[in-house]
Amino acid sequence: MFGKLSLDAVPWHEPIIMGTLLVVLLAGAALVAAVTRAGQWTYLWKEWFTSVDHKRIGVMYIVMALVMLLRGFVDALMMRAQQAIAANGADGYLPPHHYDQIFTAHGVIMIFFVATPFILGLMNVIVPLQIGARDVAFPFVNSLSFWLAVGGAALVMLSMFCGDFAATGWVAYPPLSELGYSPTEGVDYYIWSLQISGLGTTLTGINFIVTILRMRAPGMSLMKMPVFTWTALITNILIVAVFPVLTATLALLAADRYLGMHFFTNELGGNAMMYINLIWVWGHPEVYILILPCFGAFSEIISTFSGKPLFGYKSMVWATSSIGVLSFFVWLHHFFTMGSGANVNAFFGIMTSIISIPTGVKLFNWLFTMFRGRIRYHSATLWTVGFMVTFAVGGMTGVLLAVPGADFVLHNSLFLVAHFHNVIIGGVLFGCFAAMSFWFPKVFGFTLNEFWGKVSFWCWIVGFNLAFIPLYVLGFMGMTRRMNHYAEPEWQPWLIVALVGALVIACGIGALFVQLYVSVRDRADNRDLTGDPWDGRSLEWATASPAPFYNFALVPRITSLEQHWDDKQRGRAHVRPLKYEDIHMPRNTAAGVVISALGTLLCFALVWHVWWLAIATLIGVVATFIARTYDRDVDWWVPAAEVERIEIARHAALAEVA
Amino acid sequence: MSQASLSIVPTGGAHAHSDDSGPRTTLGFWIYLMSDCLIFCVLFATFGVLMANTAGGPSGRELFELPFVLGETALLLVSSFTFGLGMLAMQVGRSGRLVFWLGATLLLGAAFVGMEIHEFAKLVHDGAGPGTSAFLSAYFVLVGVHGLHVFCGLLWIALMIHQVTRFGLDAITRRRLACLSLFWHFLDLVWICVFTFVYLREFA
Repeated sequence: MFGKLSLDAVPWHEPIIMGTLLVVLLAGAALVAAVTRAGQWTYLWKEWFTSVDHKRIGVMYIVMALVMLLRGFVDALMMRAQQAIAANGADGYLPPHHYDQIFTAHGVIMIFFVATPFILGLMNVIVPLQIGARDVAFPFVNSLSFWLAVGGAALVMLSMFCGDFAATGWVAYPPLSELGYSPTEGVDYYIWSLQISGLGTTLTGINFIVTILRMRAPGMSLMKMPVFTWTALITNILIVAVFPVLTATLALLAADRYLGMHFFTNELGGNAMMYINLIWVWGHPEVYILILPCFGAFSEIISTFSGKPLFGYKSMVWATSSIGVLSFFVWLHHFFTMGSGANVNAFFGIMTSIISIPTGVKLFNWLFTMFRGRIRYHSATLWTVGFMVTFAVGGMTGVLLAVPGADFVLHNSLFLVAHFHNVIIGGVLFGCFAAMSFWFPKVFGFTLNEFWGKVSFWCWIVGFNLAFIPLYVLGFMGMTRRMNHYAEPEWQPWLIVALVGALVIACGIGALFVQLYVSVRDRADNRDLTGDPWDGRSLEWATASPAPFYNFALVPRITSLEQHWDDKQRGRAHVRPLKYEDIHMPRNTAAGVVISALGTLLCFALVWHVWWLAIATLIGVVATFIARTYDRDVDWWVPAAEVERIEIARHAALAEVA
Repeated sequence: MSQASLSIVPTGGAHAHSDDSGPRTTLGFWIYLMSDCLIFCVLFATFGVLMANTAGGPSGRELFELPFVLGETALLLVSSFTFGLGMLAMQVGRSGRLVFWLGATLLLGAAFVGMEIHEFAKLVHDGAGPGTSAFLSAYFVLVGVHGLHVFCGLLWIALMIHQVTRFGLDAITRRRLACLSLFWHFLDLVWICVFTFVYLREFA
C-alpha cells in the first residue's frame, strides 16, 4: 500500500534530527497561526501564491532562497563544528552517514535552492522592468516554474525527517550513487528533487529568452539593452542548453536504480565515467548561469554609484557572450585525474585559462568605471568592491587548478573547496546581496537599512576570509574534502579558525535578517517616493517604487542605452502623458500551484515506490494541464481610468518630493 | 511562420497579449524543441558510448528485424505527411478535413507505438531486456524516450481534435496546431536518426 514507506522511515533515534523536526514544526505552526490570526490566507493565496506578476514571483523566489540559505548554512556550521573537534581519534558528534548527508545536502541546497532561485528571482523582478515590458512572455509558465522549484526544495527538506538524503556528495557520482552502494531512498530524493526543480529552471530559461528577444520596448535594440538584461539573456540561453542534459543524466541514473539498467554501473558494460562527463557538461555552465547575472548586477551598481556610464559596455557584452560560449569547453577540468590523457587534459586546461580573459576584461571595466567617478559607498557598493577583491583571488586559485599538473596534487583537497567557495560566495552570494539592497526599493517602495547592511557586509567579508583561507592552507597540507574525522593534529588549529570564520558569517546572516526587520519596521522613514532612490540610469528607475503591477503606464520609447539617465538630463523624465490607455494583463491562476503540488507528490511517491499514488498524481498533473488549455479566460483589461488614478497618485508623490 | 517567429527585432509598441502572443509562443516552442533535442543528443551520445558494451549478451544485429523497423518508419513518415495535409486544410479553414487528417495521423501514430511496444515485448520475452547489458539499456531508453514522445503527441492530437470541434479554428487553436505540427515533424526527424544510427548501422 505504501511501498517502502513506513513509520520506521522517520529517524526517531537521531536526537539532532528530532530536535530539528521539533523546531521546524513549532516554527511552522507559529507561522500558520500568525497568518491565520491575521486573516491573511485569502490575501496570500489570491495575491501571491496564484500570482503571475513577475515581480511577486521574483520576490517569492528570493524569500525561498533566503529560507533555504538558513538551512544550507546550518549544514555548513555543523560540518565546521564536526571538523573542528573530530581530530586525534575523536569521533566528533556527527556519525559518518549523517555527516555525509549533510555535506551533500549543503551543496545541493546552496546551488539549487539558494543561488539558483535567488538569481531567477532577481531576473524575474528586474528584466521585464529594464526592457519596458508588462510581464514575461508566458506568465502562467513562470508561476509554474516557481512552484516546481518550491516542490524540489520541499522534497529536500522532507528527506531529513522522512527517510534520508543522498550521502554521495552533491553531484552523486556513480557507482556510489547506484543501488548497490546507496540502497536507501536518499539518492532517489536527490534525483526527483532535482528533476522537478530542474524542469522549472528549463521553463524559466525558455520564458526569459522569449521575453528578452520579443518584448523589449520599441527602440531598444540589442545593443541598447541594459547590461543586466544582457547577462540574463546569456544565462537563460545557458540554462536551456544545459539543464536538459542534467535532466537526461539524472533520468539515466534513475533508470539504473529503478529499472535495473546498466548505464553507470560496474557490471554488464556500464560506464560510470560517462556520468561524470555528462554531469559536468551541465555543471560547469551552471556556475556561469549563476555568476553572469551577478556580473550584470555589479555592472549596474558600480555605474550607478560611481555616477558614470559603465566603462566598456560593448566589451562587457562581448565578454559575457564569450564566457557563455567558452563555458561549454571546460567541463573536463573537474576530473583531470580521471585519466583522459595528456592531450585532452592540456586542451581543457588551456580553455579554462582562456576563460579568465573575458572575466578579467570585466574586472578592468568595473575598475575603470570607478576611476574618477564620484563613488558613493552605499552597502551595494561595498558588496561590489568586496566581490572584486574576493572574486579575483578565487579566480586566480581557479587558474592554478586549471593547470593539470597542479590539479593532480590539489584535486579533491580543501584547496578546491576553498576555491569554489571563493568564487561562489564572493561572486554569486555577494552579487545577490548587492542586488537585493540595490533593487529592494523598486519592489517594496522603501530602502533597506544602511547600518545593518554594512554590518552584514563586514561580517561576511571578514568571516569569509577567516573561514576559507585556512582551507587553502589545509589543502596544501594534504587534507581532502568531505572528511568526517582525521588523525593529523596539526590540521585542527586551522579548522578551529575556519569554525570561527563560519560563526562570523553567521553574524553576517543574522545582520541581514535584522536589516530586513528594521527596514520593514522603519519603512515610513525610508520611503522611496521618486522611484529613483540612487539616481539610477536604466529604465526600471523611471517607474514608481513599488512598481505598479502593469510596470509602465505607457510603453516607453527607447532612444539610448541609459534611457532614464538621458531623460533626466534632458528634463524628459516623469512627464505625464496626455491620456492613458487600457492595459492588457494576464489573469492569476492556481494551475501552477496545483500542478506543482501534484508533481511534488508524484516525486514523493516515486521515492518511496508507492506506485498507485505515482500513477494517480501523474494523471492529476496531466489532467490539470489539459483543463488549463480549456480555460480561455486567461487575461483581462485594466481600464484607462484605473491606470490614470494610479498614475495621478504617483505624480502627486513626485511633486511632493520635488 | 518559422522565419518570422525567429526574428529578433522587437515587436511594435503594442504589448497587448492578444496581439502578438502567437509568434511569441511559436518561438518559445521552438526553443523548447531545441532543449528536447538536447535530451536526445545526450541519449544518442550515451548510445554511442555504450553500443559496443553488449557484455556477452546479444548484439543489435542478432536482435533487430530490419523489415519490421522499416514498417514502423513508414508509418511515422506517412503520419507526418497526413499531418501536413491537415495543416494545409487548417490554412484554408476547412476544419472538417483537418479533423479527418488529424484522425488519420492519430491512427498511424498509434500503430507506430503499438509496433514499438510489440518489438519491446518480444525483446524482453527473448531475454534481451533493458537490464541485460549497457547496450540494451541505452537502446531501450533512446528508442523508448522517442516512443514516449510519440505517445504524448498522440494525446495532444486527440486533445486538438476535441478543441477544433469545440472552439473552431480560432487564433489559439491555430497556434496550438502549429506547435503540435512542429513537435510531430521533430519526432519524425529524431526517428530518422534512430533508424539510421541504431538500426541501420548494425547491418552496415
